[in-house]
Amino acid sequence: MSRVQNTLRNQWRSLADLAATSIAVLSTILVIAPLVAIFVYLIYKGASSLNLAFFTQVPKPVGEEGGGMANAIYGSAILLGMASLIGVPIGIGGGIFLSEFGRGTKLANAIRFTADVLNGVPSIVMGIAAYSLVVVPMHHFSAFAGGVALGIMMIPTVCRTTEEMLLMVPHVVREAALGLGVPNWRSVLSITVKTASPGIITGCMLAFARVAGETAPLIFTAFGNAFWSTNLNREIAALPLQIYVYAISPYDDWHRLAWAGALVLIVLIVLAVSLVRFVTSRGVLKGAN
Amino acid sequence: MGVGIEVSNLNAWYGSNHTLQDINLNIPANHATALIGPSGCGKSTFVRCLNRMHETNPVARVTGSVRMGDLDIYADAKPVEIRRRVGMVFQRPNPFPTMSIYDNVAAGLKLNGFNNRHALDEIVEKSLRNSALWDEVKDDLRKKSGASLSGGQQQRLCIARALAVDPEVLLMDEPASALDPVSTSKIEDLIFQLKSQYTIVIVTHNMQQAARVAEMTGFFLNGRMVEFDSTQKIFTNPRDKRTEDYITGRFG
Amino acid sequence: MPEIHIAQVQLPVEQAVLPETPTEPAPISAVRKFLLERGNSAVADRSFAWLMLGCALSIFAIVVLIAAELVLRSQLAWHKFGLAFFYKAFVDPSTNLAQYWDPVNEHFSALPFIYGTLLSSLLALLLAVPLAVGVAVFLTEMCPKVLRGPLAFLTELLAAIPSVIYGLWAVFVLVPLLREYVNPFLITTLGWTGFFGDDNPTGLGFVAAGIILAIMILPIISSLTREVMLAVPHSQREAVLALGATRWEMIRMGVLRNARIGIVGAIILGLGRALGETMAVTMVIGNSPEIHRSLLSNGSSMASVIANEFAEASSDMHLSALMELGLALFIVTIIVNAIARLLVWVVTRGTPAQVN
Repeated sequence: MSRVQNTLRNQWRSLADLAATSIAVLSTILVIAPLVAIFVYLIYKGASSLNLAFFTQVPKPVGEEGGGMANAIYGSAILLGMASLIGVPIGIGGGIFLSEFGRGTKLANAIRFTADVLNGVPSIVMGIAAYSLVVVPMHHFSAFAGGVALGIMMIPTVCRTTEEMLLMVPHVVREAALGLGVPNWRSVLSITVKTASPGIITGCMLAFARVAGETAPLIFTAFGNAFWSTNLNREIAALPLQIYVYAISPYDDWHRLAWAGALVLIVLIVLAVSLVRFVTSRGVLKGAN
Repeated sequence: MGVGIEVSNLNAWYGSNHTLQDINLNIPANHATALIGPSGCGKSTFVRCLNRMHETNPVARVTGSVRMGDLDIYADAKPVEIRRRVGMVFQRPNPFPTMSIYDNVAAGLKLNGFNNRHALDEIVEKSLRNSALWDEVKDDLRKKSGASLSGGQQQRLCIARALAVDPEVLLMDEPASALDPVSTSKIEDLIFQLKSQYTIVIVTHNMQQAARVAEMTGFFLNGRMVEFDSTQKIFTNPRDKRTEDYITGRFG
Repeated sequence: MPEIHIAQVQLPVEQAVLPETPTEPAPISAVRKFLLERGNSAVADRSFAWLMLGCALSIFAIVVLIAAELVLRSQLAWHKFGLAFFYKAFVDPSTNLAQYWDPVNEHFSALPFIYGTLLSSLLALLLAVPLAVGVAVFLTEMCPKVLRGPLAFLTELLAAIPSVIYGLWAVFVLVPLLREYVNPFLITTLGWTGFFGDDNPTGLGFVAAGIILAIMILPIISSLTREVMLAVPHSQREAVLALGATRWEMIRMGVLRNARIGIVGAIILGLGRALGETMAVTMVIGNSPEIHRSLLSNGSSMASVIANEFAEASSDMHLSALMELGLALFIVTIIVNAIARLLVWVVTRGTPAQVN
């Protein structure tokens, strides 16, 4: 190739490099922009609608001003409590099996793969399953059904993160416990799981934050409730569900409440995610290394 | 007081790897026995057969018999029971990272259901004294975590932890190899004092160490026990040429 | 006797002498007695192991239960319509128009929803994939170290925002934007293609759904792409650089080329997420069970119609048809996710995947 051609080609290459870099930067900006836009808009619209009444009052009838989402906040707390009761123990148990009993076996690989695939199943399908399993036999919607739907969504996530955290516990710690003649079940629970507990807890928090914002599985399980309810056997309100109902309604007042609710929800989720990041970056296992 | 161990026709495998072949020896009670030999000769595997830790590996297999007193530890008992009678100190100190010094020492008892607080306090103090760590940590028993001590202190903590369950035999797999000379000599002094109360088996790379602390010494090579005799004899007048070659530094 | 020079080993001056008689066994200490009585806990260990196995098997049980329930409850619709549910529609003889979803007369066809799901997902992929790969390339290869943590955290945050909040923002910010500015622009510039009709002035529709879906699947594709790019060994990058390549050429030839299987996996995973996304789509897609060529028209997706009609399904057949839609969604997302996970696993082999 002649000198001139070579220089031209190199110029073209440098141009391509510059173009690629610009596009990459542009992409990043384009991605971060909606995020920033959403947050800013949420804070702007939500903060102005937030007042004490939001947290303490139930929705007023259509047409009346004011009211709040106290019933939805409480309902979400109940649903998430039930979901955790189902999802956390079973998920941690599954993770313990994968790490301590089934490590390297084909069964464990199959379970792990299935858990990952299950995480990708749409949440509305989980809702249908809970509908079939709980709502149909009971002949009515209930908070319990909603709790079940959210609970089975938590199981695969908690299981995988628990397994990952337990795998990080150094083998010598287990050996020390076994060498003392500690029964295996005691060693797994009091030594191995305890050592990995900061990581396991963060995994549970992640799963919790994820189901806290889920709406679809609740539409035909918990169903939602415009009134204050503490009955697990009946329909119950939930924060994301209420936001949805209000958002698609034609009433401005309800829109305002929807924004406020969204702000509360996003703040809780951001707090949870940030906490998780903080704990994980600080070093999950205290002194185990 | 300690108990003697009789090993007959012990063979061990890791998968298809025949790690130990036809081991026969009698480990005397209340004395320290050293096991020497080049890397990979099987001495660590042997020691792990004595407290049934070898079988925690899923591809491990053992045949032959190991008798403690009149008990065949494989045929007559379960691993958990044996490990309470045969304690182990590992090569790298491994205190439980989430526990305080006190809880580390008490772990073997607490995790087996022993809950008498008063008795535990006494046992913890006695074990720490026996492992020459008491004076250094007596003020911080519950405040400091086991992992915050220095390497030598951690290993002494592990010794205390092993002693707290009052085993009859104490197995030590190169306990000082990861430690500095000062800690090493502290641990050797410990072994000297402990052997009157327990039967001690110590695996070591350091022949000087073997000569210092042990009455009996066994030389392992390629999965076989070549020679087992008093330390004096092994190091001054070994019967087997391979032993002589190892002692004089021709290999390993 | 051969001469042996044991210069190395110094025997201590005092050597313990082995006693001839064995010592008497001392009385057993309290601790030893306690431990001897503890037993071997074999029962407890076995029960514990079985319990943990049971928990792990619950994952299989969940999948089986979902599949069983969906198959059972969609039997009614399956027996009436068969496979034609998915590709045929009832044609009203008086108007000669297709009646896809008619609960009153119990004519059910999944066509508009399959169309809507595929179209919105494809649109989302078209928009999201270039951006996601761009972000991944930037964060992995170009970003100054200081910014990397915060920016990665921000993309992680995007993934954590619930669907309903995306929907809320889309309804009140995105849709008006489309209605006032973007859609008219699209109609005037691209209306000649036939894909941008002007008969839907609401701003809702496939474009709205595609855009919000794109924003939602972006973090997944991006973070997984980053993961597979990081799994490419440094030696590959260095080899290309050593040949005198520019940074972009190094990325293209040394990283992207090696990671392309995994990137395809990431894209498929994003597709899986888009197929099943419910709330945000329901809020902006317009909810019309019809098929139009215009991208700006209202539509429906499988997930959105289930969300809208399930709670108040008017008849057993209606419910069964919805269940059958759910079953189809379930099977498709499982297959898509399985393929995606396999592809990613092949590339990052061994390294445990991040849980999404």
